[in-house]
Amino acid sequence: MKEVAFFAGAIGALGGAIAVIGLRNPFYSVLALIIHLISLAGLFLLLQGEFLAAAQIVVYAGAVMVLYVFVAAYVGNVDEPLWEPIPGQRFIAPLLGIALFVELGIAIVGSGLRSIESEGPTVELGFGSPEAIGTLLLERFLIAFEAASLLLLVAAVGAVVLAARKRPSEEAG
Amino acid sequence: MDITWYLVLSALIFAVGVTGVLLRRSPLVILLCLELMLNAGNLALLAFSRSLGNEEGQVFALVVMVVAACEVVVGLGLIVAAYRRRIPLNVDELRSLRG
Repeated sequence: MKEVAFFAGAIGALGGAIAVIGLRNPFYSVLALIIHLISLAGLFLLLQGEFLAAAQIVVYAGAVMVLYVFVAAYVGNVDEPLWEPIPGQRFIAPLLGIALFVELGIAIVGSGLRSIESEGPTVELGFGSPEAIGTLLLERFLIAFEAASLLLLVAAVGAVVLAARKRPSEEAG
Repeated sequence: MDITWYLVLSALIFAVGVTGVLLRRSPLVILLCLELMLNAGNLALLAFSRSLGNEEGQVFALVVMVVAACEVVVGLGLIVAAYRRRIPLNVDELRSLRG
């Protein structure tokens, strides 16, 4: 049963990823990424990451993707040639991707870690629940939590500054 | 399912993301490919967290999500600003920085 769920999630995630880089229209790429993210949330559930799966759907597939859809609609369909200028790029880039995958695969399979050759230890009920993550976040990783909130604030202010409409006086110059 | 399967899937998604960054021209799609790579990293973090029976990896993945959200906000802000100034949205032409 777990195998079926894993392969369903894996096919969704991988198909979504390939569709993101293969589709010509950026709008469709964004939609493909949503499929990818939802499949990935399913895989997170299989790995007992309940809270992260929920956060993935709410934060990513919900909020962040709305931003992307908005910008894709605002910028409109940039007619981008799917491949081009640098000669041979359309062959070399996938080749590099495959080489990277082979390298990572060798690193993973050849690592000899015994812990990754099993399903992982049995964990108690509540592993990865909001309660457990929240306790860790507010006790052990409090500084990281605060730093993340500060980073979000800075990013929000930065985005407003970047995308703000220019004042008329600047427009002339 | 062995944890190895999840790690190999994560490597595959990461490689797809890298290929996308190398191949595509539109900054919007390049940002999407960055998301792919960050998510591949998240999947690996969760897999290791499961294989060690320890939730700390999940907290790490949560922080990665926050960083990804920041990156999206700033990146999309740049795209909107470039579009407003009629700068072509093509990374081959976005080569020079001027104040």
